[in-house]
Amino acid sequence: MEKIKMDIQALDLFFGKKQVLKNIHLGIGAGKITALIGPSGCGKSTLLRSLNRMHDLHPDARLTGKIMLDDHNILHGNTNVVHLRRRVGMVFQKPNPFPMTVADNVAYGMKINGLHDKPEVRRRIEQCLRSSFLWEEVSGELDKSALDLSGGQQQRLCIARAIAVEPEIILYDEPCSALDPISTSKIEELILSLREKFTQVIVTHNMQQAQRVADYTAFMYLGEVIEFGETQQIFQSPRHELTKNYVAGHFG
Amino acid sequence: MNRRFFWDRFFEKALYGAAWVSVMTLAGIFLLLLYNGAQTFISIAPGDFFSFSRWNPAAYDQPTFGIGAMLVSTLLVTAGAMCITIPLGIGTAAFLSEMASPRLRNVLKPAVEMLAAVPSVVIGFLGIVLVAPALAAAFDLPNGLNALNGAILLGIMALPTMVSVTEDAIHAVPGHYKEASYALGANRWETLVHVTLPACKSGILAATMLALGRALGETMTVLMATGNATSLPHGIFDPVRTITATVAIEMGEVPFDTPHFFSLFACALVLFLITLAVNILAERMAARFRKKGQ
Amino acid sequence: MKKITQLFGFALLLTATLVVLSILGLILFDIVLKGAPVFNWKFLTHFPQKGMTEGGIFPAIFGTTLVTLISTVFAMPLGIGCAVYLNEYAPDNKFTRLIRASVRNLAGVPSIVYGLFGLSIFIQGMGIPPSLLTAGCTLGLLTLPFIIATTEEALRNVPRLTREGALALGATRWECVYSVVLPSAVPGILTGLILALSRAAGETAPILFTGVALYTRYLPASPLDEFMALPYHLYILSTQHHAIEQVRPLAYATAMTLLLVVFLLNFTAFRIRATYKR
Repeated sequence: MEKIKMDIQALDLFFGKKQVLKNIHLGIGAGKITALIGPSGCGKSTLLRSLNRMHDLHPDARLTGKIMLDDHNILHGNTNVVHLRRRVGMVFQKPNPFPMTVADNVAYGMKINGLHDKPEVRRRIEQCLRSSFLWEEVSGELDKSALDLSGGQQQRLCIARAIAVEPEIILYDEPCSALDPISTSKIEELILSLREKFTQVIVTHNMQQAQRVADYTAFMYLGEVIEFGETQQIFQSPRHELTKNYVAGHFG
Repeated sequence: MNRRFFWDRFFEKALYGAAWVSVMTLAGIFLLLLYNGAQTFISIAPGDFFSFSRWNPAAYDQPTFGIGAMLVSTLLVTAGAMCITIPLGIGTAAFLSEMASPRLRNVLKPAVEMLAAVPSVVIGFLGIVLVAPALAAAFDLPNGLNALNGAILLGIMALPTMVSVTEDAIHAVPGHYKEASYALGANRWETLVHVTLPACKSGILAATMLALGRALGETMTVLMATGNATSLPHGIFDPVRTITATVAIEMGEVPFDTPHFFSLFACALVLFLITLAVNILAERMAARFRKKGQ
Repeated sequence: MKKITQLFGFALLLTATLVVLSILGLILFDIVLKGAPVFNWKFLTHFPQKGMTEGGIFPAIFGTTLVTLISTVFAMPLGIGCAVYLNEYAPDNKFTRLIRASVRNLAGVPSIVYGLFGLSIFIQGMGIPPSLLTAGCTLGLLTLPFIIATTEEALRNVPRLTREGALALGATRWECVYSVVLPSAVPGILTGLILALSRAAGETAPILFTGVALYTRYLPASPLDEFMALPYHLYILSTQHHAIEQVRPLAYATAMTLLLVVFLLNFTAFRIRATYKR
């Protein structure tokens, strides 16, 4: 196997007394697209949100085990979460552009990270919007409110906003669940075009989507990773009974 | 990079400080009232203060400091106000939430908010120019500046609170209560009286308590419209002077750090403790109906 | 029989509502009817004359405007700061519960008690002379719980996803609050501030001993000067004046001005709320 970007080792997560993730081991390949699938409530979004420590906002959450990003355990107390989240970006279930202009949305991350050189910011806004296939549609509307864009455009703007801070990893939390099929296929196309440049992890409840975009797929059930392997193998010849039933659509 | 984290920590501390201002203000109010009020009892026996002896602190040879009559006046006016506010408030709230169409409600609710916005001094003014002559004519009195006038005005001032909190309470009643009642063949009125209103009992109590707190602490209206007599009232047509009015009238004229000055703080402390108790009770009740609503 | 009870009962509720409405109607009708004849440009822009029996109320309008602005400048950072702390930072522990309980109980403290507090803290304690500044700060403390409550509500309406979006880009908590959360909450916060202004403008009891004056020959030149205020002026004209019957029309016009100020502020707040409610 190729280089591992993020290595999850013996990860447990508790909300109060309730254990939500159990002994997770998972290696996320550099430059690859990894899908997390499983029935709702299986912990796939919870696992994803552990990878940039979004659970820090939740006072009851307790994580044990290791998540190695390159050679550093991000669960270690001395991790600067602000720096971590710059390296590990995230795209959410519903598009959540900030209530500002299209340009300012993309510039937001650059500005907080200290880039104030206007021509450079402008150049990178264009570059990010091009990379997220949005430039053609919004180049004349950079100063309009991002809230006036369509849902699919908003989600691509959120991806542009994420790549603008040049993260190493991008996490997607069911990014298409609020979108129509055409917008969905554009997002999938976009995710595929970002392959190799970024390490990407996508949570999805849509098995076709996992098959279309992912190099690797992990099937989760009740807080555990049941089976992990190349996408084709998971869907064509699952080894585990539960995986077989799930990918055959017997439960969901 | 370090600057970002410096400001992050700085503002976290600053906001935390701002949050404590409320605690310090409340504690400060209590401690100052206590500190100044307690000094009353250096020169005045507590038994004389909490008595029905006349409130005559400015008397030259023999000043007396009994707050009994003022307490009774305050309670009399407030009780009268509640007699007006409670039925009108519940009736209006029930109308708004059970009878009015959404469009009508969108007109009526701002009207109630408008009533809440009328400054107390304006209500007091109308007490002098409208309510007083009307009372004098209706009950054949020399003038209409008395406890009843104050009660009517305070009733009006407490109405918006009563209406809006009661309405919230009615809305918090789960829909299936009403549906179950309709399914048993009850009509809308029976459902309202036998199911909805009993179900939001604690909410209505909370509304009453909040309205009561509002009426107890109101100053300008009673100062202007109740006649300001310091003697013990014998009925609703007697002129009265409430605790708030006494403080408002006399504080401007007393020299600092005299027994009279301190006694006014003691009066305010009594008032503060009563309203605090009423508000805490209201909070308890409100917490109960909110829990039920979820 | 059931139908008749219901009809009767609903008629009762309707009556209650009509009584409440007619009270409001009566207040507005009486004040506008008797205030309008005196209410004119000259009344709004002139000083009182001949022992307040003639002339206008300009210094009272001026004083009320200044004292309300001072109260807001004083209360705004504290109130918004407290609300931001409670909604964005506060852990669920006993200190937070203490802060919340204090805010709720402050809202129920009688306004005259705020007046005493202002008197003993700002004037007796700090030695500031009774003035715009002391009255403004006292009014500011009075509106503080109100500003906190409305700001908190505005912050609660900002979706959690908006915050997470900023944090996921590597924003610090303060950057998230300052650049994303607060701008989203501006209409709600503004509504609350304007309503607080309107409350401060109408209050009399807290300023009675903290700086309001019966009459000043000149407009206040600094925050440390005494001032005239609309509600206090109305109180004087209607109870303390030597020729009460003679100045009644002036009192009516003053009441009308005060109502106008308060309603205009409320209306502005109402419009902001309606415009930004999506």
